Amino acid sequence: MVTRRELLEYASLSAVAAGAGLAARPLAFGADMPGVTATEIKIGQTMAYSGPASAYGVVGRVEAAYFKMINEQGGINGRKINLISLDDGYSPPKAVEQVRRLVEQDNVAFIFQSLGTPSNVAIRPYLNAHKVPQLFSATGASLLGDPKHFPWTMGVNPTYRTEGAIYGKHILATKPDAKIAVLYQNDDLGRDYLSGLKDGLGEKNLGMIVKEVSYEVSEPTIDSQVVTLQGSGADVFLIAATPKFGAQAVRKSFDLGWKAVRYIVNVTASFTILKAAGLEKSHDLITASYAKDPTDKIWSNDEGVKQWTAFCQKYMSASVIPDANAVYAYGVAQVLMQVLKQCGNDLSRENVMKQATSLKDVPVSVFLPGITVSTSPDNYYPIRKMQLQRFDGENWKLFGDLISG
Amino acid sequence: MSTFAHQFFSGLAMGGVYAILALALVMIYQATHLVNFAQGEMAMFATYMAWNMMDSGLPYWAAFGLTVVLSFAAGVIIERVIVRPFAKAPVLSMVIVFIGMVFIFNSVVGWIYGYEIKDFRSPFPEKAWFGNTLMSSHESGVIVVTFLVLALVYGFFRFTPLGLAMRAAAQNPASSRLVGIKVGWMLALGWGLAAAIGSIAGMMAAPVVYLDPNMMSSLLLYGFAAAVLGGIDNPWGAVAGGFIVGVMQNLVGAYLVGTQIQLSVALVIIIGVLVMKPSGLFGRVIVTRV
Repeated sequence: MVTRRELLEYASLSAVAAGAGLAARPLAFGADMPGVTATEIKIGQTMAYSGPASAYGVVGRVEAAYFKMINEQGGINGRKINLISLDDGYSPPKAVEQVRRLVEQDNVAFIFQSLGTPSNVAIRPYLNAHKVPQLFSATGASLLGDPKHFPWTMGVNPTYRTEGAIYGKHILATKPDAKIAVLYQNDDLGRDYLSGLKDGLGEKNLGMIVKEVSYEVSEPTIDSQVVTLQGSGADVFLIAATPKFGAQAVRKSFDLGWKAVRYIVNVTASFTILKAAGLEKSHDLITASYAKDPTDKIWSNDEGVKQWTAFCQKYMSASVIPDANAVYAYGVAQVLMQVLKQCGNDLSRENVMKQATSLKDVPVSVFLPGITVSTSPDNYYPIRKMQLQRFDGENWKLFGDLISG
Repeated sequence: MSTFAHQFFSGLAMGGVYAILALALVMIYQATHLVNFAQGEMAMFATYMAWNMMDSGLPYWAAFGLTVVLSFAAGVIIERVIVRPFAKAPVLSMVIVFIGMVFIFNSVVGWIYGYEIKDFRSPFPEKAWFGNTLMSSHESGVIVVTFLVLALVYGFFRFTPLGLAMRAAAQNPASSRLVGIKVGWMLALGWGLAAAIGSIAGMMAAPVVYLDPNMMSSLLLYGFAAAVLGGIDNPWGAVAGGFIVGVMQNLVGAYLVGTQIQLSVALVIIIGVLVMKPSGLFGRVIVTRV
C-alpha cells in the first residue's frame, strides 16, 4: 500500500530530481512484507536518549553503528538494514506515540530492542493487536515473556526473576543456615528479584528471609533502609537496586561494618558504579553475569572481545569499550542478525516471529562461553543461564558453573 | 537501641543537607518574596562545576571556594538577565520561568556530563571523628557546615549594613529607594547569595547521594518541606525544619509505617503542622493592614 506520506515524499523527490533521471522510489516489496523492499529492511525502535534513564541511550547508538557496519559489508541477504531509533525519554506515553508513528507512518517491518520495562509494557497491546513483532525488548522484567497472551512480544535479557533464583540457589547451596536481608526497589524490577529469590530458595525455606525493605526511586538516599536491614541481624544481604541506590547500599553496608555476604544485581554491578561506591567497599560482592567484561584481563586474547574493541574504535569511540550496556547491545544485535539470516527472503512479520521463536543455541561473541540463545514457540526467554562472579577489589572473577534459574 | 540511634543520626545528617537548601530558599524569599523552584538544579550545576575542578586537579577547598564564588556570580547574572525582565509580570509567569530553568539546567548538565552517577569526594577524613561510631565524619561535617552557614546568614542579616539594606529592600522597596538603597541590586545580591548557599548544599549532598543530573529533584522537595515547616522567613526555623524533616523521614519509615509511604506520612505531618500554624513552626505571623 502506498501511504500518503510516501506519496508526498515521492512527489517532493521527483520534484527535486526532475530531469535528473532518478528512477521512481521503490515501493513496498510486497503487500505482506511491510517495511521490506528488494534493497532494504526497515526496523523501528524507541530508546531513552533523554530523561532519567538516558545512560541506556548507548544501546541504541551501538545498534545503529552495528547495522552501519553490516550495511558496509553488504547487508543481509542483499538488503541494507535501516534502523529508525526514536527518543521516548523513558516515558511510556511517548513510547506509544513513537511506536504508532513507526508502524503507521514509517511502516517498519518490526520493533527491535525498545528499551525499558514501562515503555515495553505500554507498547505491547498495540503491537500485538497489529501483529507487529516486538523483538528482544531491552528489559529483564519477566512479564515480557508471555507467549500465551502476547505472542508477538519477546524479551531477551535473563529475567530479573531468573537472576534472583540463581542467588537463592547459591545461598541455599553455600550457606543453608543464612539469614537473608533484601533491599528492593518498589517496582517491577525490585519485586521480580524478590520473587526470584523466593523461587530459588523454595517454598519451605522462605523463613530464611528475615527482613525485606523497599525504597522508592524518588528518595534521595536509602541509608535508613540499610540501617534497618543490618538491625535485623542478617548475615546475607541482597541488593536489588538500580545503580545509584545500589552504590549507596554497598557503601553504607560497608561503613556500618556489617559483615554480611553481599549479593548485588547484575544491572548495578558495572565497574563504574562500584568505583562510585568505592572499590575497597565493594570487595567480595557477588553478582551473576552472562556477558564478558571487556576490561577483565582474562578476555584480553578473546576473539569476541577483540572484535568488540575494534568495532568500537572504528564505529563508536574507545570510551564505549568498557560500558556493559554497550556490550549487551552489540550482543543482541548479533542475535537479530541470526533471526534475519534464518528468515532468508521471507521477511513477512509472521516469518520473522517464527524464526525468532526457533533459535537453536545461537552463540554470541561477547557472551560468556556456554551461554547461548535458544527460543521456542512456548519459551520466550532467550537467555536462561548465568554464571556467578566475585569482585576482588579490581575485577570481577568468575567462579562456579553456569546456573540456570 | 543502636539501630534507633543510627536511624536518628543518619536522619540528622540528611536533615543538615535539607537545612542548607532550605536556607537558600529562605534567602531568595527574604530578598524577593518568591520561591525559586530551580534552586536545586542550580545547586546541581554548581556541584558539577566543583567536580570538574577537582577532576582537573584542584584541591578540595580551593574548588569549594571557587564554586561558591562562581555560583554567587551566576546567581547575580541569572537575576539580571533572566529574572529581571519579569519583575513586573504576574507571579505565575515567574513560576513558569523557574520551571523552565529546572529543565534547562537538567538537560544541559546531562548533555555535557552524561547521566552516569559520579563519585564526589567528601572534604572530611575517612575515619569518624572522636571515635563516634554512629556517624561518619562526613555526616558530622554536614551538621557543622549547616550551623556555620546558618551563623553566616544570621550574622549577615543581623549585623551588617548590607544585610540590613537587603531586608529593607524586600520589606519596603519604595521607602528603601528613598533612603538611597539600590533595590535592584539588593535583589540580585539575594539571588547571588542563595545560589552560593545552594552550591554548598549540593557539595554536601553529593558525597551521600552521588552526583547525577537528577540528584537534586528529591532533595529540593525535602528542602522545601523543611523551609515551609520551619517558617520560610526565618533562617533558624528553616534549619530546625531541615533537621526535623530528616529525622522524621527516617523514624517514620523505620518504625511507624514502613518505607513505602514514609514520604507521604512525613508530608501529611507537615500539612498538619501548617494547618495549625500557617506561618510555620518558627515563622513570623504577618498581619497585613488593609
